[in-house]
Amino acid sequence: MKPILEVKSMTMDFGGLRAIDSVDLSIDKGQIVALIGPNGAGKTTFFNCITGIYTPTAGDIYISSNGAADGKNERINGLKPNVVTRKGLARTFQNIRLFTSMTVLENVMIGCHAITKAGIMGAIFRGASTKSEEKLIVEKSYLILEKIGLSKYVDELAVNLPYGAQRRLEIARALATDPFLLLLDEPAAGMNPQETMELDELILKIRNSEGISILLIEHDMKLVMSLSEKIYVVDYGKKIAEGTPEEIRHNPVVIKAYLGEEVAS
Amino acid sequence: MTAKQELKKSIIASVWFMFLTFPIMVIKVNTVTHTIDWRWHNMALVGIGSFFLSMLWRYLLKKKEEGGKKDKKAGLSFIQRLLQEKQFALPGILIITLITILFPHIFSMYQTNIMTSALIFVVLGLGLNIVIGLAGLLVLGYAAFFAVGAYSYALLNLHYGVGFWIALPIGGILAALFGILLGYPVLRLRGDYLAIVTLGFGEIIRLVLENWNEFSFGPSGIKNIPKPGFFGIEMSMQTTTIYVFYIVVLLVVFTIFVINRLKNSRIGRAWVALKDDEIASQAMGIDKAKTKLRAFALGATWAGMAGVVFAAKTTFINPASFTLWESVIILCTVVLGGMGSIAGVIAGALLLILLPEYMRDFGEFRMITFGAVLILMMIFRPGGMIEDVRKTYKFEK
Amino acid sequence: MDFEYFTQLFFGGLTRGSIYALIALGYTMVYGIIELINFAHGEIYMIGAFTGLIVSTVLTMMGMPTLAVVVLAGMAAIIYSCAYGYTMEKIAYKPLRNAPRLSVLISAIGMSLFLQNYVLLAQTSDFLPFPSLVPEFEFWEPYSHILTSPELMILSTTVVVMILLTILIKFTRIGKAMRATSQDKMMAALLGINVDQVISATFVVGSATAAIGGVLIASHIGQINFYMGFIAGIKAFVAAVLGGIGSIPGAVLGALVLGWTESFFTGYISSDYEDVFAFIFLVVILIFRPSGILGRSQIQKV
Repeated sequence: MKPILEVKSMTMDFGGLRAIDSVDLSIDKGQIVALIGPNGAGKTTFFNCITGIYTPTAGDIYISSNGAADGKNERINGLKPNVVTRKGLARTFQNIRLFTSMTVLENVMIGCHAITKAGIMGAIFRGASTKSEEKLIVEKSYLILEKIGLSKYVDELAVNLPYGAQRRLEIARALATDPFLLLLDEPAAGMNPQETMELDELILKIRNSEGISILLIEHDMKLVMSLSEKIYVVDYGKKIAEGTPEEIRHNPVVIKAYLGEEVAS
Repeated sequence: MTAKQELKKSIIASVWFMFLTFPIMVIKVNTVTHTIDWRWHNMALVGIGSFFLSMLWRYLLKKKEEGGKKDKKAGLSFIQRLLQEKQFALPGILIITLITILFPHIFSMYQTNIMTSALIFVVLGLGLNIVIGLAGLLVLGYAAFFAVGAYSYALLNLHYGVGFWIALPIGGILAALFGILLGYPVLRLRGDYLAIVTLGFGEIIRLVLENWNEFSFGPSGIKNIPKPGFFGIEMSMQTTTIYVFYIVVLLVVFTIFVINRLKNSRIGRAWVALKDDEIASQAMGIDKAKTKLRAFALGATWAGMAGVVFAAKTTFINPASFTLWESVIILCTVVLGGMGSIAGVIAGALLLILLPEYMRDFGEFRMITFGAVLILMMIFRPGGMIEDVRKTYKFEK
Repeated sequence: MDFEYFTQLFFGGLTRGSIYALIALGYTMVYGIIELINFAHGEIYMIGAFTGLIVSTVLTMMGMPTLAVVVLAGMAAIIYSCAYGYTMEKIAYKPLRNAPRLSVLISAIGMSLFLQNYVLLAQTSDFLPFPSLVPEFEFWEPYSHILTSPELMILSTTVVVMILLTILIKFTRIGKAMRATSQDKMMAALLGINVDQVISATFVVGSATAAIGGVLIASHIGQINFYMGFIAGIKAFVAAVLGGIGSIPGAVLGALVLGWTESFFTGYISSDYEDVFAFIFLVVILIFRPSGILGRSQIQKV
């Protein structure tokens, strides 16, 4: 067991509303895990808690980039989002949040912000270290775009891209932060079957060649079943099932949650 | 729309505006002599004017709606392309340098003074551009930092005999500190609230300067602020004016240089990302608080330095030079010029300051034109006169 | 402590607060519906006062009885302010419905500048004397050293306006539509509400209350000036934010708090920094409790 992310009994309350109820989850190094559930089940809220947008009301979130091999991990509850990213967790958003004023390349370059450090003095004087850092940022961003297949759009304004390309750009941007865990929030939303297939290949490629673990929120069941090694199912904020795709596919509780009583019986 | 419909709409508009403006435009009450002046010619003016303007208005709105769909793919305008051409850059810079050096010798002292003022506003505009144009933080009380710079020179000189050249960086640093002071409490605030708080902050500073007589000498201000010296050499009025002009030009060049570097740097990109999407930028590792404070501090620095120069130039300052109007004018230069665009802000500042000077006859219409232009620009050309263009990068593989 | 002085300050603050409330209502209603701080709202108040002055002067010169003048001038002020508010929205705000907030804000600033200078150019930069339209009520004589007749008029008018507004918002169809639209514009549109009309109506109602405030205060202070909208506008805005922008009872509460604070501060401590006070209030409130006393805090959905 080499968990790089371990969530224990996490609860998230908004005033009187319990959005997440004592959920456990763990991801091992190199795994692709999916988080599924009907709309409003609390999946994006879950992401927001992990990435620091919300502070969980209760429970613990532990991360460890090498899978706690040395027995050490780090509790990240309540850390600010930019700090969480710097620790190696990157995410994409359910509703695309690209930087609309910027070009495709610049969007990815922003991703490199987390791994660079030039400040005011560096910006004004452009010494050797700043210059080489800038060069690194540009090169790295371009290479990521090439790998994702977006290099032809490099100088295009991000908003001008076709929808599927925009979604992939968000992934490229997240990759620039050098994460060990990538959280994808409905990456296939709005994509046609062809694009979804390409996304499937892309996610596999990211895991296989970069060794990045993936936590995926998705509604596209075909994609989920094809990619994931482990699936968590939540409904009304509670975890209702956990297992391999095969197990989940035949789990009556899951079927009931999605389709209702009659079909389950 | 058919001609008949157009006509009908225009007539309705015309009648509506004649009704609307009737009391204020037509009737002029003289409460002293107890007479009424009925200015029917105004009504005719309004009637005819609104008839045609409403047609123009509808036409422009329609064009805007249709244009919007293609607009995102629109190519660069002529000026933008011109600015990017390397071949144009060098001779262009040479010509401008030549003109600048010769300017005060060709034109009169009066003209030079006006140009100096305009250039001071260029610096102010560029500074505000960092905060609004790049970082997207709507600051409405920017003149407060201008005041900080000016008063710091005036007071330091008065109490401690501090000279211009030392006061210049001090003014900038003090303004930066005030920037952080303002920025820190407002980090969480969204757009409109931020605008109002900064407006409030600006007004507080002005009111304090006006009322705290022991400190700032109140509405009468501070006099006899020394102009910048040149190794202690005595200079005539004429020479000093030219000297100040060159100083401001250097300041402008310095400002452009630094801001350009900032804009195309990791920090500059972080500012734009923050402006575009705060949540996403945080998710990319950008520290919201630090980035915003940097914007406030750096933006304020230029106003501080401009303030020192302003005090030295006019040798007399009082709170009346740092009101909300000044903040609005500086805001206008950024908005009209092109948010985020350095060339745009320069053009905007020069236009806004120089044009009214050369149109003295229309002086009383300056403010109302400002108001109208602000509205029209936001509706029809929110990007400004010279819109900002993002940098493209070259890379070897 | 002098009890009579205290009561004077109390009622003075109450009166101030009432005026602020009348103006603040407009701010809060417009913000509630399109999330815009209508910088030009203070100018509506100013235009109401000017229209009132112009109409009342013309009618008085024509020899009409005072009561008729008061009523007609008041109505004219309200009608014209509503018209200006309506037109303002159609020109400067409607085209920017989908634009970023910064753009609308700047447009509002532009409109404020425009209207101020419009009145300045078309009329005068002088302070114009405004006739006292409110007679001294005989029945109120014994109390007039605490609360003058005009002040009584202001208070009672404000109360009446509040009651009418509450009836409008709570019980009429358009009021319900306003509430629905301010909560969720898209949903309201989907339910068949004509959002454009509702927004116009909001501007109109807000302008009406501002106009009433303008006429009342002009009559009370005795003079008007093209710039009066600015400072009153800022203060009313502070009041609206203080009480919780978007909340109607909040606007009233905030206005009263501001009115009393100003009155007691200038009465007991110093009158120099009267205006600063409002700004300090503003800054402090926005920093520590942006949602105001009664406002709803807005959680951003990610």
